[in-house]
Amino acid sequence: MQQSEDQYAQPYLRISDLSKEFGVFTALQGVSLDIYDGEFVCFLGPSGCGKTTLLRAIAGLDIQTTGRIEQGGLDISALPPSERDFGIVFQSYALFPNLSVARNVAYGLENRGMKRAAIQSRVDELLSVVDLADQADKYPAQLSGGQQQRVALARALAPSPGLLLLDEPLSALDAKVRVHLRSEIKDLQHRLGVTTVMVTHDQEEALTMADRIVVMNEGRVEQIGTPEAIYGNPSSAFVADFIGTMNFIPVEPAGAGQVQLGDTRLTLPDSVGIEAGRFNLAIRPEDIAVWAPELGDDNRLEVQVSNLEFLGSFVRATLELPGNAAPVRADLSINLMRDLELRPGGRLSIVLPREHLHVYPD
Amino acid sequence: MTASASVTAHAGRVQPKLGRDDWMMRAFMGVIALYLLATLALPLYTMLSKSVEDGDGAFIGLANYTQYFSTPALFHSIYNSLFISIVTTLITTTLAFVFAYALTRSCMPFKGAFKVIAMVPILVPSLLPGIALIYLFGNQGMLKGLLFGHSIYGPIGIIIAEVFYTLPHALLIIVTALSIADARLYEASTVLRATTLRTFFTVTLPGARYGLISAGFVVFTLVITDFGVPKVVGGQYNVLALDIYKQVIGQQNFQMGAVVGVVLLIPAVAAFMVDRLVQRRQVALLSARSVPYTPSRSPVFDWAMMGYCALISVFILGMLGVCQYAALVKFWPYNLTLGLSNYAFDLMDGGGWDSYFNSIRMALYTAAFGTGVVFLGAYMVEKSRGFHTGRGVFQFFAMMPMAVPGMVLGLAYIFFFNNPNNPLNFLYGTMGILVICTITHFYTVAHLTAVTALKQMDPEFEAVSSSLKQPFYRTLTRVTVPVCLPAILDISIYLFVNAMTTVSAVVFLYGPDTALASVAVLNMDDAGDIAPAAAMGMMIFYTNAAARLIHGLLTRGIHARTQAWRTR
Repeated sequence: MQQSEDQYAQPYLRISDLSKEFGVFTALQGVSLDIYDGEFVCFLGPSGCGKTTLLRAIAGLDIQTTGRIEQGGLDISALPPSERDFGIVFQSYALFPNLSVARNVAYGLENRGMKRAAIQSRVDELLSVVDLADQADKYPAQLSGGQQQRVALARALAPSPGLLLLDEPLSALDAKVRVHLRSEIKDLQHRLGVTTVMVTHDQEEALTMADRIVVMNEGRVEQIGTPEAIYGNPSSAFVADFIGTMNFIPVEPAGAGQVQLGDTRLTLPDSVGIEAGRFNLAIRPEDIAVWAPELGDDNRLEVQVSNLEFLGSFVRATLELPGNAAPVRADLSINLMRDLELRPGGRLSIVLPREHLHVYPD
Repeated sequence: MTASASVTAHAGRVQPKLGRDDWMMRAFMGVIALYLLATLALPLYTMLSKSVEDGDGAFIGLANYTQYFSTPALFHSIYNSLFISIVTTLITTTLAFVFAYALTRSCMPFKGAFKVIAMVPILVPSLLPGIALIYLFGNQGMLKGLLFGHSIYGPIGIIIAEVFYTLPHALLIIVTALSIADARLYEASTVLRATTLRTFFTVTLPGARYGLISAGFVVFTLVITDFGVPKVVGGQYNVLALDIYKQVIGQQNFQMGAVVGVVLLIPAVAAFMVDRLVQRRQVALLSARSVPYTPSRSPVFDWAMMGYCALISVFILGMLGVCQYAALVKFWPYNLTLGLSNYAFDLMDGGGWDSYFNSIRMALYTAAFGTGVVFLGAYMVEKSRGFHTGRGVFQFFAMMPMAVPGMVLGLAYIFFFNNPNNPLNFLYGTMGILVICTITHFYTVAHLTAVTALKQMDPEFEAVSSSLKQPFYRTLTRVTVPVCLPAILDISIYLFVNAMTTVSAVVFLYGPDTALASVAVLNMDDAGDIAPAAAMGMMIFYTNAAARLIHGLLTRGIHARTQAWRTR
């Protein structure tokens, strides 16, 4: 299902059947995934899902209990961090407080037989890449959070590592700085072409920055895919619920490709096959359409509007379905609202377009 | 989900390969653990085995203990020791609590001065308050009448001097406990219209209870293990720590000394373990997010508190003043002209001026080597990767010295190092053994200071450094040590001051060329040269005060120079 697999023959980083136990607690369970050269991959999941544990295993900071990690074709499973090839940025940045910005960036270049002038020019180069050339002599404490974050990035990139690991690098920042830095980091990564793994619990961050997202839950991989695939075609109820907003509607199976919701029979997309048992029908709020003649009468429902929540560019409507089903949320544009003159308590005719329907076992 | 398709089974557990850093750090930790093994565990073991041997080294089971417990003159000391320790604990904790309450909850003036004065007893050997009491209440004392015929030699004198000696230790702990008070609780109490008294019993005391308990145990341990005060002012009143000295130095009965050592070890270890349990709870209180309490003005209360603190300060400074006066008086109480004749230490028994300079050398060595050993050890425990068992064992070793009384440690050293078969025997009687013994004796507090400082550093520094392919010792010297410099200075001044004042462990270990000032105070007092003993005690005080001053200036200098990068 990934195009990237066809483009690159060999994965740069191959993780096979990784498990990690802390005493009786299992933090990772049978995790396998491939990351390709130059990719930007996000590990996304709720706190405690194992994403940071996985990153620390890749770095060699907390080595896995069982399983194998290969980087660039070499088995690095048991190597200490100092014998692996990566740069890392932590949530705290871990900048050395008593060293100037320039000395921080130079830290990984010293002691390697590099000439002083070469180190200096590499430091200058990196500081201008992260746009901090004029801050070289300041101490970390004298910089803003966003600037500190960029210093940490420059320090990690200075020795030109093959792999860049980012552990929640943006979560300590203000919302505005965070949005700005997202595109900046993404740009930088694209320009340098360094394979990057970022851990985040922020789905917006993952969706906007990643080439591919690894959604994790309770120590397991739930789904791997492009942001579009993850959002548009979540493979499990967990992913559907965790990424974006999703309505879940309990339904009964009703013959080939159809389900029963109260008195209404709904048609599913052809790709979905269902077995016997109880199901949840899932649809995103923005995919619910207000009925219009050109939409036809398939999957049409009559609902009552119980609440309208103004959210700026759109209105989130709470709709009571026929029968005893829980209400669903639908996002309606402001223009449409004006045309419909909708009020709480009013009635509305909607369509659940079959191509946007997902089905998950209850 | 292509990923799951490429699963290959790897059943075996991954054995992490150790990098060069890991090996070096473990080797360092191993060396320091060996050091603690040789300077603490093995000597203690030797002492334990001595207590079940006869004079010729043959195993005789518990015969020595049977003899001990059938000799009333000996086992009565247990009762005496417990009595003075418990009474002192109650008095000191109460006095320190009110003092700490005044410092943290009142708006009295001169808080800074009172705080400094209350810390003064830390800078003098415990022998000194005993000497002061002799001049005040002894047979020819200035204020003898105040005792209404009671003798200062005995429990009264011991308890007064021990209160002086233990007050700063209790005060430090209780001030910390009271400073973490949450203002919101007091606001809630006011809003609920509780009386001041009720607020005190329902908010203040419960909040400080762990601090009070901890202070109580610290005082108890200090008193029961102290040897200086009973030596000077104890008279015929025997206590455990003094019995060890008498058995070993007076009667050369090493086996019985070992038995008393074991008996003394029991309450010290018990108090230590209870205190550790209590402190673990205190941490939970500290981590709560609270609004700091700021006292508001209340003239009557503030003046009362100032009066109280002034009284305690007069007591402390008075004891020192008496000693200094006694040191300058030609011949108390017959010739009251002032002069320096009592400073002619070379004319008395005890080691003369050499002992003073030996003490300074010993304290400097202890501060320098001790700080290095302790900080490196703490660094290895805190920052090495994996190796949990080894780190646990090391941590245990590092905590042990706190529970071992100085007299017991000193005695254990005689048994261990004086054995001609011991390859370390060459250390016996040298400056080296004094330094080693003193470092070990005061290891725990220094270790805890280092650990606290290291815990405040970002735990990812080491991870970042290894990702940048830098060896750990480079990060240690370039980042960790500079950032921890204030704590490192604190450790070195702590070791210096204690090395200057300690008597208990080193009294068994000094040689003809390595007499120490604190031991000279003891020996001159023993020989009846009380005024020169007071003079030497005051020399120790001035030296420690000067060291403290230098330490304060250095710390201030570091803070000024590093202000640019220190956010705290």
